Amino acid sequence: MADHTVPLLELRGITKRFPGVLANDDVHLDVLPGEIHALLGENGAGKSTLMKVLYGLYRPDAGEVLLSGEPSGIATPADAIDAGVAMIHQHFMLVPTLTVAENVALGLADNGMLLDTTAVAGRIRELSARYGLHVDPSAYVWQLAVGERQRVEIVKALYRDCRLLVLDEPTAVLTPLEVDELFVTLRTMAADGVGLIFISHKLDEVLALSDRITVMRDGRVTGETTPGQTSKGELADMMVGRAVQLAPDRPAADVGEVRLAVDGLRVMGDRGLESVTGCTIEVRAGEVVGIAGVSGNGQRELAEAVAGLRQPTGGTVAIDGTDVTGQHPSRVRAAGLAYVPEERMRDGVVGEFTVAENLILVDHDRDPYCRRGLLRLGAIADACRDLVARFTVKTPSLETTTSNLSGGNIQKLILARELSGEPRVLVAAQPTRGVDIGAAEYIHRRLIDERSSGTAVLVISEDLDEVLALSDRVAVMFAGRIVEVMDVADATVERLGLLMAGTGVEEVGAA
Amino acid sequence: MGDFFTVASLVFVVGSGIRLATPFLLAGLGEAIGQRSGVLNLGVDGVMLLGAFGAYWTIYETQSPVLGVFVGLGVGLVMGVVYAVITVGLKAEQGISGIGIFLFGLGISDLLFQKQVGTPFPIRGFGDWHVPLLSDIPKVGEMFFQHSVLVYVAFALVPAVAFLLNRTTFGLNVRAVGENPAAADSLGVSVARVRTTTILMANTLAGLAGAVLSIELGIFQQNLTNGQGFIAIALVYFGAWRPVGVMGGALLFGLVSATVLQWKTLGLVSGAASSLTAMAPAVLTILALVVISRTVGQPAALTRPFERGH
Repeated sequence: MADHTVPLLELRGITKRFPGVLANDDVHLDVLPGEIHALLGENGAGKSTLMKVLYGLYRPDAGEVLLSGEPSGIATPADAIDAGVAMIHQHFMLVPTLTVAENVALGLADNGMLLDTTAVAGRIRELSARYGLHVDPSAYVWQLAVGERQRVEIVKALYRDCRLLVLDEPTAVLTPLEVDELFVTLRTMAADGVGLIFISHKLDEVLALSDRITVMRDGRVTGETTPGQTSKGELADMMVGRAVQLAPDRPAADVGEVRLAVDGLRVMGDRGLESVTGCTIEVRAGEVVGIAGVSGNGQRELAEAVAGLRQPTGGTVAIDGTDVTGQHPSRVRAAGLAYVPEERMRDGVVGEFTVAENLILVDHDRDPYCRRGLLRLGAIADACRDLVARFTVKTPSLETTTSNLSGGNIQKLILARELSGEPRVLVAAQPTRGVDIGAAEYIHRRLIDERSSGTAVLVISEDLDEVLALSDRVAVMFAGRIVEVMDVADATVERLGLLMAGTGVEEVGAA
Repeated sequence: MGDFFTVASLVFVVGSGIRLATPFLLAGLGEAIGQRSGVLNLGVDGVMLLGAFGAYWTIYETQSPVLGVFVGLGVGLVMGVVYAVITVGLKAEQGISGIGIFLFGLGISDLLFQKQVGTPFPIRGFGDWHVPLLSDIPKVGEMFFQHSVLVYVAFALVPAVAFLLNRTTFGLNVRAVGENPAAADSLGVSVARVRTTTILMANTLAGLAGAVLSIELGIFQQNLTNGQGFIAIALVYFGAWRPVGVMGGALLFGLVSATVLQWKTLGLVSGAASSLTAMAPAVLTILALVVISRTVGQPAALTRPFERGH
């Protein structure tokens, strides 16, 4: 890297305003050829805005983008591709109904009138061999697992001879093993001279992979450093702007009787295939059981079936010894279940409702909120004011439209509503996904408090660090079943990673 | 009272079923192209009416069926421009815009007809073209190879549209834009350009479908289509967004309609029963849609306007 004096990319003084928000404030960033540059920051720190400016999706209010020392002139995604800039978005930009080859061929400048996917498939095979990216060009994207889809995205970028590749939270959906494979590929690309921007909020990965780290907070760059000069704690402080406790304190568990018993549960997924294939798990009073697993292994369907939102095709669910299998959600809740859903905007709140309306969504038809069919607005306001204060939901007022709140505050609102009923069992799916570190810290503490006060807590998460930080026992879900349950003291990232990838499942199944 | 199950009667039913299927097929193929790119056009029926009137009036004035067909195509194209401006340019809600186009077509075609023509006056069409050799095959020739040239054109479009969608670069763009416009956009495919093109194609075919209807019938009247455009939309769902599927639906619908007509002609049904049997094609469509149609295969971005960065 010694002779590369001209940076591949230079962002100079980028400023971007949205109504009421300064998303990027005089941001500087440069990437050298062959360098892996991590961009670290919380949600809303301005990382995505900055990358959208680079990719021509937004026009900056001030500042300039230079590629190899020249103004980039990128105004549209097509310009970006021509300039050798590629971006892998967090939500993959793939067309599920097309094949891998068709997805790669889409938009290529040298496509003729007629589609020639055989030539494209040949080049895909070359690239996969060279970079260790195993993909089958003739497979349909909807058939692929998440890790494979990401490989398709990388192949797309390589196919277009990218010089600069931006990866937005690429590891969020991968197993630890796949993360290692991805890092090998990225290092190979860097060795070939490609510049990489690696966006993440996972501190370990940033430290392991990158050559340089830029940290952003509230639209500004708050620090630039290298992995050798910094530590996890220091990076977290730069991100949040104050000292952060990365893992919550967990007092010794005082475990009681079984509160949630799932036995041999079978549930159909959206595509009409069985997603939960005989799942058995128990959660006892006063413990957190964490379910780790790669997304799409039946976690969502399991949570929905437990909450009564999806009809099981077999097996049983019992809360406090009461069989609630396949019962209406209101009956399941009456038995003592509280549920924090994975898709908070779809299943957790009504976005167009006010904060107060969402807080009473579950109990709105009961005393004290309602008498003789009429809502008691005074009592509702009192209760909601109390909940908002107790759960530190940051909202201008109780009448604010919920969708205007940040993800972290919406999640706190849901937690406030769910915990206000003093549940026997709490099921929390992806409780801190897309939530900033500060709110995540708070939510984790609340979950631990709930468990310490005797509630049975089931946490389902794709974030291994989260599972390890919260759980007393860790279960791994693979292909619709719990393949192993272990004490958290015995759970290592390596062991969980193998189980999540389905390795060693046969032995477990036979045992 | 005649017997329905005679060879001559069945040959007649198949032949006229194919003829009746033609407008559905043309409009349905167009709608399928549009929907594959994510654009729902509920205005098909209105565009068909305008195309039908345009063709009718042209032939009424000039006696030239060929010119009539071109006017039908042209009227469809113009309506396509209007719909593209509304839905792609202004990003308006497709459902409501389509209903607007339908009402516009329904009203304007009747108004112009009253103003310019007044009393229904039959026009001359193309006459049947007997395919050399094939049309001489007994029965088979009569059923399949003694039709107006417009019928052959419509059926030839089925493989053509399938080829366009599946084997060309444009077709790949259409399919990608209908499923995940953001992905297409991120690779430099212009969502607006693709959708504008498919809207123009869809409306041109709807205009042609209308022209075929008035030319084959030889007349025009208020609401000539009687909802055929809406049935064509249903046939797209029925056919799972595939040209061959749309053709299957159109043929089924045409054959049932022809059967009902034949029953009436033969006096097998009469009075109230006759009116009830006239509902058969519609009832059949609903049943078939309920039983056969799956939401799998529906373009994921159907009816969703695209805006970059959202």
